[in-house]
Amino acid sequence: MNYLVGAFKPPCNVFISFADGRNRKQVVIEPIHGKKVEHNGVKIELLGQIELYFDRGNFYDFTSLVRELDIPGELYERKTYPFEFSSVEMPYESYNGVNVRLRYILKVTISRNYVSNIVEYQDFVVRNYTPPPSINNSIKMEVGIEDCLHIEFEYSKSKYHLKDVIIGKIYFLLVRIKLKNMELEIRRRESTGSGPNTYVETETLAKFELMDGSPVRGESIPIRLFLSPYELTPTYRNINNKFSVKYYLNLVLVDEEDRRYFKQQEITIYRLLES
Amino acid sequence: MMLNGAEYEEKWLAEGIAGIQHNAFYMHRALDSSNLREALKYSAQMLSELRTSKLSPHKYYELYMRAFDELRKLEMFFEDDSKHGVSVVDLYELVQHAGNILPRLYLLCTVGSVYIKSKEAPAKEVLKDLVEMCRGVQHPIRGLFLRSYLAQISRDKLPDIDFEYEGDAETVMDAVDFVLQNFTEMNKLWVRMQHQGPGRVREKRENERSELQDLVGKNLHVLSQIEGVDLEIYKETVLPRVLEQIVNCKDDLAQYYLMDCIIQVFPDEFHLQTLETLLGACPQLQPTVDVKTVLSRLMDRLSNYAASSTDVLPEFLQVEAFTKLSNAIGKVIEAQVDMPVVGAITLYVSLLTFTLRVHPDQLDYVDQVLGVCVKKLSDVRKLEDNQATKQVVALLSAPLEKYNDIVTALTLSNYPRVMDHLDNGTNKVMAMVIVQSIMKNNTCISTADKVEVLFELIKGLIKDIDGADVDELDEEDFKDEQNSVSRLIHMLYSNEPEEMLKIICTVRKHTMAGGPKRLPFTVPSLIFSALRLIRRLHGQDGDIVEEVQATPKKIFQLLTKIIEALSAVPSPELALRLYLQCAEAANDCDLEHVAYEFFTQAFLLYEEEIADSKAQVTAIHLVIGTLQRMNVFGVENRDTLTHKATGYSARLLKKPDQCRAVYACSHLFWVDDQEGIKDGERVLLCLKRALRIANAAQQMANVARGSSGPVTLFVEILNKYIYFFEKGNQQITSAAIQGLIELINTEMQSDNTTPDTALDAFLASTLRYVQFQKQKGGILGEKFESIKL
Repeated sequence: MNYLVGAFKPPCNVFISFADGRNRKQVVIEPIHGKKVEHNGVKIELLGQIELYFDRGNFYDFTSLVRELDIPGELYERKTYPFEFSSVEMPYESYNGVNVRLRYILKVTISRNYVSNIVEYQDFVVRNYTPPPSINNSIKMEVGIEDCLHIEFEYSKSKYHLKDVIIGKIYFLLVRIKLKNMELEIRRRESTGSGPNTYVETETLAKFELMDGSPVRGESIPIRLFLSPYELTPTYRNINNKFSVKYYLNLVLVDEEDRRYFKQQEITIYRLLES
Repeated sequence: MMLNGAEYEEKWLAEGIAGIQHNAFYMHRALDSSNLREALKYSAQMLSELRTSKLSPHKYYELYMRAFDELRKLEMFFEDDSKHGVSVVDLYELVQHAGNILPRLYLLCTVGSVYIKSKEAPAKEVLKDLVEMCRGVQHPIRGLFLRSYLAQISRDKLPDIDFEYEGDAETVMDAVDFVLQNFTEMNKLWVRMQHQGPGRVREKRENERSELQDLVGKNLHVLSQIEGVDLEIYKETVLPRVLEQIVNCKDDLAQYYLMDCIIQVFPDEFHLQTLETLLGACPQLQPTVDVKTVLSRLMDRLSNYAASSTDVLPEFLQVEAFTKLSNAIGKVIEAQVDMPVVGAITLYVSLLTFTLRVHPDQLDYVDQVLGVCVKKLSDVRKLEDNQATKQVVALLSAPLEKYNDIVTALTLSNYPRVMDHLDNGTNKVMAMVIVQSIMKNNTCISTADKVEVLFELIKGLIKDIDGADVDELDEEDFKDEQNSVSRLIHMLYSNEPEEMLKIICTVRKHTMAGGPKRLPFTVPSLIFSALRLIRRLHGQDGDIVEEVQATPKKIFQLLTKIIEALSAVPSPELALRLYLQCAEAANDCDLEHVAYEFFTQAFLLYEEEIADSKAQVTAIHLVIGTLQRMNVFGVENRDTLTHKATGYSARLLKKPDQCRAVYACSHLFWVDDQEGIKDGERVLLCLKRALRIANAAQQMANVARGSSGPVTLFVEILNKYIYFFEKGNQQITSAAIQGLIELINTEMQSDNTTPDTALDAFLASTLRYVQFQKQKGGILGEKFESIKL
């Protein structure tokens, strides 16, 4: 049986590696000892794919670039192909969500006659940094239930980078109910598809208790929430018309009967280039 | 099994403690292995036990203390960054990742403490951040304990002069701001406690709140301990802000406690210099706050301070402490409409005590206090309230005790007006206090004006007050009171005869109103006081000017009137004695007519008023005794009077009484001095008459009882004989004496004489006397020699 195993194994190993201190980006093809590889050419592709899970694994390539590495021929020994995709547009960040995945792949194809092609993939992660926004207004709002609860809350900014701190305060203008506590939630809303086939998935990533007990009129409660412990991504808006990921701050007040009063505000999260 | 509330609580506490111990165990392990992440995780879990709402403050405190101990270990771990390898700045962020606020803030405070010690950030910034972040806990008990934890860990790290952690531009003010803010927030939480839970357990909640009061008050203590807080800072910042919080919290428990706290923790001189501000807050407190105690304590403190050293007294004057206190009290009383009278009076008592201790020389202050008190009392005529009465008594007693001198009190115009508001009983008690004070200090009241005021004060003792229930009087008490008054009259004394006369007139005016029950007590004192004046006048006579009021004559006229008043009582025996006293005084002043008049009055009384035979006996002996000493009378007047006296003597009811009176009369005819009459014949007549009466008495006794009675009388008469014999009365012969002795001996030996040892002794000593005189020899001895025994 052993020889059979060998028979179905690809006749060579393919390594895709990125640039490091010593080497450039390169593909290495190493035929298994004593075998030769006949091929109709070797190419490398850079693919940007969006994969919607509910769509039965269909991919949408929003980016696709091809480089020919070799003309048809035979390989007897290890061969290294440096490659380069210059000025590739990678407008979107890699993302691995609940219903959707956005990924970038390098795909090496060794085309062969009669037998199936040898294909090797290498995923890589793309991150796009954003400069600090020029306009970053605070979020300030007065909300309430008439004659029952009036609060004014303020978050110092509407746009936060991933290691940012949310600073703010809640000011109680009127409190006629017995509150038990108050929390700030960070929620991620991932919507995929479009039109009638839109799927929305909401996750609560953080529950951060801001207040314990029942305040009286005139109290102001400070907010200081460090974002670094949470696994956030930047906000993605309408990525290739396929999906969006948005973040919300949800201020929740819980009264003694466990009724919840909340107000949700969208915030924008961006990736700041760390200097 | 059913558990009651307390048992449930025990159970919850036990669970909480178990939770803390459990997590502390894992925390210790993490600390030992320098695992920061685990340490943070378990410490947060441990602190989560403090999130309970089920425990009363008392039990919660127990839980808190356990967590507190564990946090000390954690703090030591945090301090040693060689173990966990994280900078304190990062640590300060790291602990804030905790999702639950209470553990987060406890950890933050703990790291904050390390942060300040590391000096990597200015202490004031860290403190400010901590005190601000703690706002997140709004639950009263949890918040109070969290903030008290903050206060605890920050105590030794406050920026102060000679501050170890001083960064740039850190001042005492930062520390003050921090403590004040923490104080304010704690107080708010504490006040809010009362609104927690259902209304019916209000009392329990108030108790629980009282248990927590020291947590709040601690802040004030911390403030007072900051060395850099000088008068300036206290005046400009600390006090106004603390007071603002106290006034605004509108909670009586807190207001009372905190006002008291301020007074107790800050130094006296601060209070003195900020009196106006501090007092200004008092009227703004809730009406239910016991302001009077607060103010009393303040005044106590200040007066102790004043007493501590005389150097500080000028300060008191400089800040016009009295005026300020007085105004403040006025305002408080005005503001608190519902304050019972007792409260107001208590305040005045404190103010008075303060005044007496701080400004003992300022009598007008004392009077002012009494004045406002009168004003306050003006809408209640008589005090019904026991407590209030007590306070008024205290108010009135204070000046007496201080000055030890009623004269001072008499100059206080409002003093009697305050007394007017006491009920009769208390008024009397107060009057007694005054009287006793005079006695104790031997105060002499020497002007008629003062006497007038004094009697106004003690009028409760002097006369019946309208509407007083006379039946209620206790006889003993009444006697005591009146005895005191009569003693008091002797304390009213002036060296100036004119003034003294005025005093007497004043006293008379008041005592005459006293009614029949009091006169017997007061009149004698008054009479003797007047007689003393007469004697003094007499002693310095010669320079008596006619237009002067104080002549003995005039006084005697007055006396007659006074004694006449007694007839209304009626108290004839007393009046008689007083007449006799006056007669004797008149005798000394050579006023024959006056003396005669007094005797006439005395005899009249004897005839008309004294019916009781015993009283008659006493009276007649008094008359005889007095008359015997009179030397002012001319022959005629004297005869009249002696005749009357002997006549009355012979008409007494009982024979022995007759006998004794008659032989006493014998002295009327033999005055043993240079110019005295010596009418031996009439003496003998009297004695013979006495003998006859004695004989008659003897016979009557034999007839009536079958046993002879009073040989005593004979022995007594024998003594008289011997007396006159010795004095050289020619009419009394040794034969007569010898006869009498024999008679006695016969009587003694008769069968129906009852033996009487006292009588035997009496006789024996009489005879021994005769024997003695014989043996002594000399002229007398020779005289006696003729008597054969």
